[in-house]
Amino acid sequence: MMNPIKPVPCKIIDIKKETQHEWTFKVETDIKPVHGQFLQLSIPKIGEAPISVSAYGDGWIDFTIRAVGKVTDEIFAKHPGDTLFLRGAYGKGWPVEKFQGKHVVVITGGTGLAPVRSMLNMFYNTPDYVKSVTLISGFKNEEGIVFKGELDKWKDKFTTFYTLDNDKIDGWNTGFVTDFVAKVPFSEFGEDYEVVIVGPPPMMKFTGIAASKCGVPDEKIWVSFERKMSCAVGKCGHCRIDEVYVCLDGPVFNYTQAKNLID
Amino acid sequence: MGYQVSFEEANKIFEKLQDKYDIYAPKCFEGRGRYSETDLIKYAKVSTVEEIVFDKKSDFPAKEVLSPITQPLFYFTEEEFRESTVSTRPILIFMRPCDINAMHHQEKIYLGNGGFSDIYYKRMHDRVKIVMMECTEGWDTCFCVSMGANKSDDYAMAVRCADGTLSVTLKDEDLTSYFDGAKACDFTPEFVEKNELELTVPEIPNKDILTKLKNHPMWQEYNSRCISCGACTVACSTCTCFTTTDIIYRDNGNVGERKRTTSSCQVAGFTDMAGGHTFRPTAADRMRYKVLHKFHDYKARFKDYDMCVGCGRCTDRCPEFISITATVKKMSKAIDEIIAEENK
Repeated sequence: MMNPIKPVPCKIIDIKKETQHEWTFKVETDIKPVHGQFLQLSIPKIGEAPISVSAYGDGWIDFTIRAVGKVTDEIFAKHPGDTLFLRGAYGKGWPVEKFQGKHVVVITGGTGLAPVRSMLNMFYNTPDYVKSVTLISGFKNEEGIVFKGELDKWKDKFTTFYTLDNDKIDGWNTGFVTDFVAKVPFSEFGEDYEVVIVGPPPMMKFTGIAASKCGVPDEKIWVSFERKMSCAVGKCGHCRIDEVYVCLDGPVFNYTQAKNLID
Repeated sequence: MGYQVSFEEANKIFEKLQDKYDIYAPKCFEGRGRYSETDLIKYAKVSTVEEIVFDKKSDFPAKEVLSPITQPLFYFTEEEFRESTVSTRPILIFMRPCDINAMHHQEKIYLGNGGFSDIYYKRMHDRVKIVMMECTEGWDTCFCVSMGANKSDDYAMAVRCADGTLSVTLKDEDLTSYFDGAKACDFTPEFVEKNELELTVPEIPNKDILTKLKNHPMWQEYNSRCISCGACTVACSTCTCFTTTDIIYRDNGNVGERKRTTSSCQVAGFTDMAGGHTFRPTAADRMRYKVLHKFHDYKARFKDYDMCVGCGRCTDRCPEFISITATVKKMSKAIDEIIAEENK
């Protein structure tokens, strides 16, 4: 009998320090996720945690991890050549086919950039897949900026608003991402656009409200949720909200559904 | 096919059955109840009829056999991951109709939800043959009739215990040979037709009313009453939630296991994420979450029925005397208020 929660060993092939507390681990694996999905990463004797895919390619997946818990602390003690255990990929990712041929607005807070990074790179590398990309990315401070190289690269093709909550540094705005939502030319897009919002729960809530104020209908907004999970296959109950299981029905939700999900 | 056997004859049959089957039934543990000089009745392996408690409701449900409070999932030796194993011996479980129905409620989550089948549940489930214990009266906290869980025809064998004899009816032909030579008799199990306690589960007509109900002041009461101990969910026949934890053996840090332990949405910390963010921080939030899961959310997902069989064990176990039926009745009243307010 196939055991859906049995992890398989995978070798770490590279570790990139994005910030002091957020590192990207490149892991060798044949698992083929879709944009926006997550995997369960585990370290025997320490535990398991759901981590979103921040990039993937032939034979590898990137996970950008913040050292905030027991499992992630232990992952930070690993080196290239060491083993991580994986299972997945799980959940429903971004509806990229729905985004095709449209203007896409992506709004992220902090490491909320990780679950959209692979999709943004796909938009960047696939000419004419979407009409345009507007990226609003906010971070708490300079030390918190992840994917610096890509943020710079994306400026060539995307309309970008990069902002720090309080810090003032060259080339960056100051303020919350919500301050920049009104700068997006939604009226020029007509009906032909979709909006993606990912970040901490309060950021998603207020960005959703800001987008609604700009006249964005709920059905054009997409968010990604993060919850505690033990199983990731709809059994343990930790991630359930109403009749919805974040591990099975999410983590990506349309806002028409997400805004009514009260934990 | 029906039989009537004395306890003595039944014990001989039990002895033969145990060559093939493990027999589980509600059993009394004297003096182990939660109050001084009270007994505990819970599921355990039995070998004689006399060990089975027929005349009292078990404090804990039959689910403890299929999904134990704690069980190992994997063993680790250095970096090797090995699946735990269990006996493959078939099991006979003595269950009342409510517990049989509860098993089907749990199957929807463990065996079906999201298209994933949980092998740890399935490997126990596949071993089970049900012996239905006839239950015709129930107890004062039971409301199985209201929940449609008072009857079942899903059993291999049904039994009635009365006047020092067991009346038996068999559906499973594999069990027939064990009763060779026993006195034939007509026995058709009867069911509870009416409980003292009745409950009408309210309809929540739409998402808007659901949201208003979540924010209704009725839940605040539980901030002062519920102590978030989780006893209700452990005693619940249908609750399935669990948490996995890795442990290291004290004598050798290179060896350990990943284990699954029953968890509860009522306990603070159930939703805590790395980094400290938590959902449902108050007892009222958690009570609302549990009650709505039982009487709305589960049915909204799986369609057929609510996630409660009316066994009343949660009410029996609550150290703060919170009654589930009283809570649902308050919820009905709150919904009526919300609808009346909307129609003003």
